Amino acid sequence: MMPEKNAKAPKKKRERPPPTKKVAMPEQDPLVRNKNFQEVALGYTEEQALEEANKCLQCRNPKCIGGCPVEVDIKDFIALIREKKFMEAALKIKETNSLPAVCGRVCPQETQCEQPCIYGIRNEPIAIGRLERFVADYARAHGEPIPKLPPKNGKKVGVIGSGPASLTCAGDLVKLGYEVTIFEAFHKPGGVLAYGIPQFRLPKEIVMAEVEYLEKLGVEIKFNHVIGKIRTVLELMNDDGYDAIFLGTGAGAPNFMRIPGMNLVTVFSANEFLTRVNLMKAYEFPEYDTPFRIGNRVAVIGGGNVAMDAARTSLRLGAEHVQIVYRRSRTELPARLEEVHHAEEEGVEFRLLTNPTEIIGNEKGEVIGMQCIKMELGEPDESGRRRPIPIEGSEFIVDVDMVVVAIGNSPNPIIPQTTPGLEVSKWGTITINEESGMTSLPGVFAGGDIVTGAATVISAAGAGKQAARGIHKYLTGE
Amino acid sequence: MYEILSKKVLNEVTKMMVVAAPEIARVCKPGQFVMIRVNETGERFPLTIADFDREKGTITIVFQEVGKSTLLLGSLETGDMIEDFVGPLGKPSPTEKKYGTVVAIGGGCGSAIVYPVARAFKEAGNHLITINGARSMDLLLYRDEMETLSDEHYITTDDGTCGVHGFVTTVLSDLISQGRKIDLVFAVGPVPMMKFVSKTTEAQKIHTLVSLNSIMLDGTGMCGACRVHVGGQMKFACVDGPEFNGHEVDFDELMGRLNAYKEKEAISEKQWREKHGGAS
Ligand SMILES: Cc1cc2nc3c(=O)[nH]c(=O)nc-3n(C[C@H](O)[C@H](O)[C@H](O)COP(=O)(O)OP(=O)(O)OC[C@H]3O[C@@H](n4cnc5c(N)ncnc54)[C@H](O)[C@@H]3O)c2cc1C
Ligand SMILES: Cc1cc2nc3c(=O)[nH]c(=O)nc-3n(C[C@H](O)[C@H](O)[C@H](O)COP(=O)(O)OP(=O)(O)OC[C@H]3O[C@@H](n4cnc5c(N)ncnc54)[C@H](O)[C@@H]3O)c2cc1C
Ligand code: SF4
Ligand code: SF4
Ligand code: FES
Repeated sequence: MMPEKNAKAPKKKRERPPPTKKVAMPEQDPLVRNKNFQEVALGYTEEQALEEANKCLQCRNPKCIGGCPVEVDIKDFIALIREKKFMEAALKIKETNSLPAVCGRVCPQETQCEQPCIYGIRNEPIAIGRLERFVADYARAHGEPIPKLPPKNGKKVGVIGSGPASLTCAGDLVKLGYEVTIFEAFHKPGGVLAYGIPQFRLPKEIVMAEVEYLEKLGVEIKFNHVIGKIRTVLELMNDDGYDAIFLGTGAGAPNFMRIPGMNLVTVFSANEFLTRVNLMKAYEFPEYDTPFRIGNRVAVIGGGNVAMDAARTSLRLGAEHVQIVYRRSRTELPARLEEVHHAEEEGVEFRLLTNPTEIIGNEKGEVIGMQCIKMELGEPDESGRRRPIPIEGSEFIVDVDMVVVAIGNSPNPIIPQTTPGLEVSKWGTITINEESGMTSLPGVFAGGDIVTGAATVISAAGAGKQAARGIHKYLTGE
Repeated sequence: MYEILSKKVLNEVTKMMVVAAPEIARVCKPGQFVMIRVNETGERFPLTIADFDREKGTITIVFQEVGKSTLLLGSLETGDMIEDFVGPLGKPSPTEKKYGTVVAIGGGCGSAIVYPVARAFKEAGNHLITINGARSMDLLLYRDEMETLSDEHYITTDDGTCGVHGFVTTVLSDLISQGRKIDLVFAVGPVPMMKFVSKTTEAQKIHTLVSLNSIMLDGTGMCGACRVHVGGQMKFACVDGPEFNGHEVDFDELMGRLNAYKEKEAISEKQWREKHGGAS
């Protein structure tokens, strides 16, 4: 925050009001919500949205827009809110972002659109994410009109995966007249939105509504189709008549640490833990058959959104004590600010500058403790963040009986392994032409986490959009 | 939705089903598996592709009712639908190669799973020896089929009601001590069986493949539930396997991990049996 520097200003100059805060978001009480799976943040009322929107300066040179990876026309949609044209505001956002109800909830706004907001120089920035969520929820509740589509152009595109990159790409292509089929490995659409991000942060009904909208536009979804296994990319093109393919298969393979004890029975990847709970509804066991396992004292290794989600889910499943174990300091936590706050309010403890060195088990292979070492921050590394260095001799044991590993995901290798000629980097990500989104194989495009490594919903959506443009150009020359 | 075209009760705890899944039948290979979710509230669980018919577009599964999900599947009848049927997953068995003499071993329900792989070994020109083991005579599976297929066929039962009184390893050790030249042993069955088969062949360094049955959730490499140490390295059974060199598998770790959800599985099974009857 900026310090007050006009204390000695002459009387006649107008007193500057104190910095304002965002209109507060109504939320479930932390000690109630940490035991249920209902959404934490309840959303603005109309009055609250108007109050927040009215603070926007409607800047001549709105900096906010440049902070959004897909350049949502923030200034104009906020202006429409001020005129109470909520449906129009939603359509304005949808011009560039097909998943506003999702992005309004999960974008790291503090490092994206809200970061450069001019109003935010002196105050808390305009709550762009909350406003986006408000209009998107309004539009969903009031029935969004289906746009008039151009006649089918006779060309078929296959979209692999149904995460935000794929959903966006499919939506844009169907609106251009393509026949679009999504192939999804799971039995439900949404990718990480369905299996990763928990119900209490992103209700699955919202994801389903976005998908149903696409289906109404004519997108077909084939579930239970693991491409590379049931059908390869080349078979789709050569035998099944797809003119182009978009690969939006995400970064779904969990990383583990190279320390002893990683395969103990009560060590889980965040992916397994969250998929059981979110996609398979294990939190409704035994009505749903998928079991979960929860300890009394849970440690979650990692500091990103995935780690926060695993920690908060652990509390909701009944763990008595949950701690985040992260090797850097608080300022480097990669999670969204709001998630860190929410986790803290709910009772998650943070053990920072700490790195596990061994997980200790009993004769049944169950976790009975975790040895860690204290860390200090050294010089910045390639990522620009200060490198954590172990402090020699500082090992100590943390008393835990379950560990969730949330240290990131790598690209799933099934598609690269089964698609000869598809160029990948040494990290296993697919290499594309930055401009068109096309891979080393003509007609095969890619975008999202499979290209960038684990990133964000909106950057994946942006990549899907760009690839849709690339595909259109490739197939029509336009 | 995937229709059950026929159902056969093989013994008191084992059922066979033929399921319409033309896209999978078109491309699957022996040794691969499918992930099944019976209905909307069901869990995902793996079953091996026990047979397939490319022309008819069908997949055959053989399964033992050991808990809620397999009981639920077993309660379905011909004409009923399975909600989700995903495959073919995992790496195929290395059956294209001619090894020489292959010993294929099936324990319990494993005999059904071994059958198509054994058949492929035979078709590749190997001398095929099969060992069919079960606790008791009425639990023996695929006995006649195995007999017809094999150059040599042995039966073992734990209680001596049929064939050799003993375990599959009893016959295997005999073959080895007779000095028979064996080029490959392929074993599918309960984890302890696969562990002892691997121990039996270790001294002579006979190449031994086992098909691991770790707990799986997605079956596509995105959850790590199926991870197991093989040769000191972490492998995901669903994508790197399910077959591995038996001499390198950490079977004790695998056995521990199979117990991860025991408590809740017992609750599910109890609930099912209370509702539908049947003793456990
Ligand atoms: C727990 C968690 C919390 C997160 N929180 C946030 C957040 O708050 N804000 C944010 O911006 N980002 C967050 N992220 C990151 C964000 O969700 C991802 O960056 C984004 O979902 C990537 O989108 P995608 O379309 O590239 O892939 P994904 O969402 O990963 O979707 C890929 C889809 O492809 C399918 N697939 C994979 N292989 C195949 C195949 N061979 N055949 C067919 N289908 C296949 C998968 O089943 C999946 O459905 C979070 C991620 C996780 C895991
Ligand atoms: C690649 C593979 C192929 C298999 N093929 C066959 C087959 O052809 N025929 C057959 O009868 N069985 C097979 N199995 C085992 C089968 O998946 C389990 O018996 C089944 O999942 C048990 O579920 P349940 O709810 O009936 O019993 P539960 O009471 O839930 O479990 C009984 C035991 O089965 C194991 N198990 C539970 N859930 C899973 C799961 N999701 N994935 C794997 N194992 C689990 C655990 O050890 C558990 O203790 C295979 C397993 C694997 C990994
Ligand atoms: S999509 Fe995300 S970054 Fe862009 S304006 Fe909306 S909330 Fe901000
Ligand atoms: S920069 Fe901030 S104040 Fe200016 S138009 Fe954008 S949201 Fe409004
Ligand atoms: S079952 Fe999930 S990675 Fe193998």
